[in-house]
Amino acid sequence: MSTPGLGKDLTGLEYLSAEQIRLILDTAEPFKEVSERPIKKVPALRGKTIVNLFFEASTRTRISFEFAEKRLSADTVNVATSGSSVSKGETLVDTARNLEAMRIDMVVIRHPSSGAAEFLGQRIRSNVINAGDGRHEHPTQALLDLLTLRDRFGRIAGLKVAICGDVLHSRVARSNIWGLLKLGAEVAICGPATLIPREFAELGVRIIPRIEEAIEWADALNVLRLQLERMSSGFIPSLREYNRVFGVTRERLAKAGREVVILHPGPMNRGVEIDSDVADGPASVILPQVTNGVAIRMAVLYLLAGGAPDWRSAPTPADER
Amino acid sequence: MPSVTRLLDAPAMARSLERIAGEVVEKCGGTKGMILVGIQRRGVELAARLALFIGKGGPAVPMGKLDITLYRDDLSAVGPVPRVGETSLPDGLEGRTVVIVDDVLYTGRTVRAALDELADFGRPRRILLCVLVDRGGRELPIQADFVGLTLKTSGDDRVDVAVKELDGQDSVDLVRGGPL
Repeated sequence: MSTPGLGKDLTGLEYLSAEQIRLILDTAEPFKEVSERPIKKVPALRGKTIVNLFFEASTRTRISFEFAEKRLSADTVNVATSGSSVSKGETLVDTARNLEAMRIDMVVIRHPSSGAAEFLGQRIRSNVINAGDGRHEHPTQALLDLLTLRDRFGRIAGLKVAICGDVLHSRVARSNIWGLLKLGAEVAICGPATLIPREFAELGVRIIPRIEEAIEWADALNVLRLQLERMSSGFIPSLREYNRVFGVTRERLAKAGREVVILHPGPMNRGVEIDSDVADGPASVILPQVTNGVAIRMAVLYLLAGGAPDWRSAPTPADER
Repeated sequence: MPSVTRLLDAPAMARSLERIAGEVVEKCGGTKGMILVGIQRRGVELAARLALFIGKGGPAVPMGKLDITLYRDDLSAVGPVPRVGETSLPDGLEGRTVVIVDDVLYTGRTVRAALDELADFGRPRRILLCVLVDRGGRELPIQADFVGLTLKTSGDDRVDVAVKELDGQDSVDLVRGGPL
């Protein structure tokens, strides 16, 4: 078996092979079941210390990571920027080195700068997991999207997935594009021209200007959140206008004449990029995405811990019973 | 060159399992409240075979599968790609007799992990251990209640259990002095 592990860090899907992505998805399967047990906890990461280092607001991702860590029996510490020495001007590396001096094993980092996770991973010995860095990547979100699509369709290869909305500001879109392309899906992006970066066309991503066409084409829509906090101004005329032209509405979906599965990474702006009756409708897999998020993060934590650099020095228990 | 000795062929393995099945029923005074739990992977197949013998002429015995990977005490030694299999247990272990089934009993660490995992699912009235081969070499105070075949081995030896469902044949081989 020459299957590669994941290496030390998970910074983005761009740097993983299709085989490694499939390994994570396959490993997540048994972890789904752990969350259904009467005691939702296994001792796999007992004694490991994990720091959740969040330089940006996050509810879902941080809680999801925390559940994943606790269900694997790891010890966790949450560091938020406000109220820590980060607000006193400490650099990222200094913060992390100080944490490492307290003998931690892993860092889960969210940061507003693209490349922050990779930068950190190269400078500390602990495993680093990217929980979103600027506009760059949000690998665990894309992995849970892939797992949810695979659950629903039984496959990824050959699926047509349209990523809709604010692709420009979206690390979720970037990670999804890498993951979907590597696993053989067809990918389109759709949104206002100001929010659709053209460079993705070079990767083989189709650019569909109108939401109606995207719905017509796709098996599944991944509807991105309009990231109002990342936009200075001028990208879109108004929220109402956005909803009128690009909103995913029941009427638009009905015209497809078949089911189009709806994903959304959350948090939703109901009535802006997605209408409530779509978000809560039968084709929506938005809550299964959240459930799968915990399993995916457990799989990633587990695989990275198992691939820790010291495994070589231990005796091989290949035949141990 | 490693030397391979066939310890059990298919008919011998079947006889062995049939005998164990009889012992299990005798010791438990019937099959009431019994659950057979196979340890992934070959223990699952062996548990299914035992269930056929035990359930003969009566109600089917409930079965479960246990993957103990997440309960191992040596995650960092498993290698870069730990594979986790399925765990599924029938609801309600309380008051039941759980018979753990595995192919080979060696250090006892797998069974230790299985006991820990079972405890997280409930509190059976009694847990018994059934193995096809006991090869000695225990590192923990754990013994089997039912054994198909007992042998002495050294740390360099390997005991290979093959089952038709996964390996195309039923056999137990002792591999001596070979490369890993």
